[in-house]
Amino acid sequence: MDYLLIQVLNGVQLGLLMFLLAAGLTLTFGIMDLVNLAHGSLYMIGAYIAWTFVTWTDSFVLGALLALPATFALGVAVEAVVMRRLYARDHLDQVLATFGLILFFNELVRVIWGPAGKSIAVPPFLSHTIEILPGVPYPAYRFALIVVGAAVALLLAWLVARTRLGMLIRAGASNRRMIAALGVNIELLFSLVFGLGAVFAGLAGLMAAPISSVKIGMGDDILILAFVIIVIGGIGSIKGAFVAAMVVGQIDIVGRAFLPELLKTFMPPASASAAAPAISQVAIYIVMAGVLVWRPTGLFGQRA
Amino acid sequence: MSEPLLSPRVLVTALLLAVLAALPLLTQAFDQRYLLSVGTRIVIWSIAAVSLNIILGYGGLVSFGHAAFFGIGGYAVGILSAEGIQNGWVQWPVALAASILWAALVGALSLRTRGVYFIMITLAFAQLVYYLASGLEAYGGDDGLNISRSRFPGLLDLRDKATFYWLCFALLCASLWFCGRLAHSRFGAVLRGARSNELRMQALGFPVFRYRLVACIVAGALGGLAGILLANEGAYVSPAMMSWVKSGDLIVIVVLGGIGVRFGPLYGAVAFFALEELLKPALDLMHKGWGEYWQIVFGPLLVLIALYARGGIASLLGFRRA
Repeated sequence: MDYLLIQVLNGVQLGLLMFLLAAGLTLTFGIMDLVNLAHGSLYMIGAYIAWTFVTWTDSFVLGALLALPATFALGVAVEAVVMRRLYARDHLDQVLATFGLILFFNELVRVIWGPAGKSIAVPPFLSHTIEILPGVPYPAYRFALIVVGAAVALLLAWLVARTRLGMLIRAGASNRRMIAALGVNIELLFSLVFGLGAVFAGLAGLMAAPISSVKIGMGDDILILAFVIIVIGGIGSIKGAFVAAMVVGQIDIVGRAFLPELLKTFMPPASASAAAPAISQVAIYIVMAGVLVWRPTGLFGQRA
Repeated sequence: MSEPLLSPRVLVTALLLAVLAALPLLTQAFDQRYLLSVGTRIVIWSIAAVSLNIILGYGGLVSFGHAAFFGIGGYAVGILSAEGIQNGWVQWPVALAASILWAALVGALSLRTRGVYFIMITLAFAQLVYYLASGLEAYGGDDGLNISRSRFPGLLDLRDKATFYWLCFALLCASLWFCGRLAHSRFGAVLRGARSNELRMQALGFPVFRYRLVACIVAGALGGLAGILLANEGAYVSPAMMSWVKSGDLIVIVVLGGIGVRFGPLYGAVAFFALEELLKPALDLMHKGWGEYWQIVFGPLLVLIALYARGGIASLLGFRRA
């Protein structure tokens, strides 16, 4: 029972992390109609920038606080140089150009930070464990991830549902040309939204850094998962992204935590521990295919 | 419609095909064995790109999971080989059948979606095969599987590099010929019609879904063929051959060469591999050691192509999209 609770929490933590990544993607998708494969690069660079600042200031919090504006600036710059020219293009051009950006950023990181991975230590004030229930210890850092992730998700929900910026974002998602015609500075709005997405991606990257590692290409695989999430949830829907992220997080953790034991009952242990993560990944894609066959525009997507 | 026999594009294409046809002799004459293996890869990737061009170029369907066919064709050969069945007459039809089945399944499900959703669902299916292969501990898992080349007793010895190259080249010529016939058939016309206006084609009474499904299956079979050849070329299969980056590379090749043009995939594959082989020494020349960072130039080049050179190499030569 305790083991189950801990694994469910791990699933929530992973889901929140992926939600941060997916939120930026679904916003740029929904509002600018942009397929941005390079979103994972922002996740990676966010983590690398954080590593630099954390090593420099010797403080995780200070480093993180410095890294976020830097990621925002990078996002705005990428938007101004490349993305802006892609909004009116078809998806194929966007795929090609942002695929080129991935190659560029992966190589750039290798030039600047070198080929070896980096690691960020868990900040000392979060390196203990806390008891979430009497007798059930849980790492404080992972718990902090859940808290921060949930707080950011709430902040985003508030931003989109309650503020003027959010109103413009929602209006932009349903009809770009109309809000431009109504006198909204749509270029500024697009820059802001892209920068916001970059910050969320960078935040996800730097928060994941202490529990995984900072390495080249770290954004590529998780990017695909983020795409799966926004497609399951329905492109442009923050709510959909949240629900899908939670589902995907749970599937992934269940696969890692429980499948090996289950498979070992009828398979040799070595094969079972190799097959389990693969099966949980496969399950995620099967869920996605199932959702798309059932509802071709995702759970919360607008009907075409 | 008839074009002068000596227009630049005819000359370039003829020259390219002539060089490729004579490549084993050339590499032997100049003692550049390495170039023959680069050439073999170019030819195999061209076949895969021809296959992608059918759905992407003529059908207008952006499939981001085409490398899955490398894997399915390759693993069918690899698994049979690991089980002791080396005969190509068994391996190849099984691999093709597996590719066709997969294409039919993926096509039937993916074609229900449109636009970005189609891109993502094809990507997801390819990832599914990728993870399945990496979970197959019995056949190497993540590390992949060393295999021996397919045997065609008494007919061909694929271990001979030149023989294998010529087989690949012959298959490339056949697929280029087939693709040209397909594009100008009634079938191709329907496919292109649905690309520019699906609703209108449906209103005209064409079952667009079925046409597209058949296009997916044809492309899948060709893609599987490329997978069979790729597995034989390296005598090795691994999940890496169908990572999503490979699917991206295939899209790059098709667009770079000229989308929806018969010889586009060939130009694209030659340019793609040539760029890699040229950028490395060029950067090394500027500064020792820079060569390994060639993608820092190649990446922005792709951005520029996407932004400013849509027609790819084919449009430079004066081809128009079919």
